[in-house]
Amino acid sequence: MDHTPFIAGAYGIGTVILLWTALSPLLRKKKITKDIRRLIEIEERSGDANT
Amino acid sequence: MSNEKAITTPPRKNALVLFIHKLGSPAYFYTFAGRFIPWFWAIFLVLTAIGMYQAFFVVPADYQQGQSFRIMYLHVPAAWMSMLGYIVMAVFGFIALVWRIRIVEILAISCAPVGAAFTAATLIAGSLWGRPTWGTYWVWDARLTSELVLLFLYLGVIGLYNAIDEPRKAARAACLLALVGAVNLPIIHYSVKWWNTLHQGSSISLLGGSSIDSSMLWPLLIMSIAVKFYFGANLLTRARVRLLEQDLRKGWVRDIVREGR
Repeated sequence: MDHTPFIAGAYGIGTVILLWTALSPLLRKKKITKDIRRLIEIEERSGDANT
Repeated sequence: MSNEKAITTPPRKNALVLFIHKLGSPAYFYTFAGRFIPWFWAIFLVLTAIGMYQAFFVVPADYQQGQSFRIMYLHVPAAWMSMLGYIVMAVFGFIALVWRIRIVEILAISCAPVGAAFTAATLIAGSLWGRPTWGTYWVWDARLTSELVLLFLYLGVIGLYNAIDEPRKAARAACLLALVGAVNLPIIHYSVKWWNTLHQGSSISLLGGSSIDSSMLWPLLIMSIAVKFYFGANLLTRARVRLLEQDLRKGWVRDIVREGR
């Protein structure tokens, strides 16, 4: 029995799971940072309009 | 006179207690945790490179299992980490429930997705190791089933947290579930002793030594240390992101975003 597909499958799936778990919070941080920047811009613009 | 002195002299605080109090501040924690993350990733990558090189190019094939035993270098460290991750989550959960520290609540909740990933990796790698070794991908034996229950517990903690809108209430409910679920840990560990399982018994114990040859053991130990650094880096990254998310409108978050940290 050739064991290569089982070894490659285990390491391949394991790598995908761990890579996704590592990258997903970074993608979330990028989105949140973008949202906060937009919020700051809106507040600054409304502040300028009031003055 | 001595009473007057006692009132006017401020109480002396232990440096460690002061540091723990400081860590409770979201802004301080965010910066403090951020310093460790790149080092943790670097150590993880170096150890994984060494461990994987030895596992694939130095260690000989097993005389009974052949090449398939190389799955052990993913399966076993991931399995240990899946259990240790739950212990860390339960300890944070206990601290969060007793002392109600928000950072610790966030740390407890941030353990769940990382622990779930390691549990999923353990089950999948184990299943792919089982096919050439046992002739089947899955059996409902005590070790495999209790590890699957661990995955459901992690998913339960994530689901419960997301089901409640108010973050602090959600965290407390999830921490309670994490604590109750800790009863599964001794079941996983002793399952191969308490029941007659297809899964093999422990080859390594802290007190009883190892039945694995040292040439095969070292890469396993290196990989098991590597995944601890992965867990640490991922946990701190998730905790920082969750803090940003919860404190969206607070000044310290805006300062950080403005500075691009």
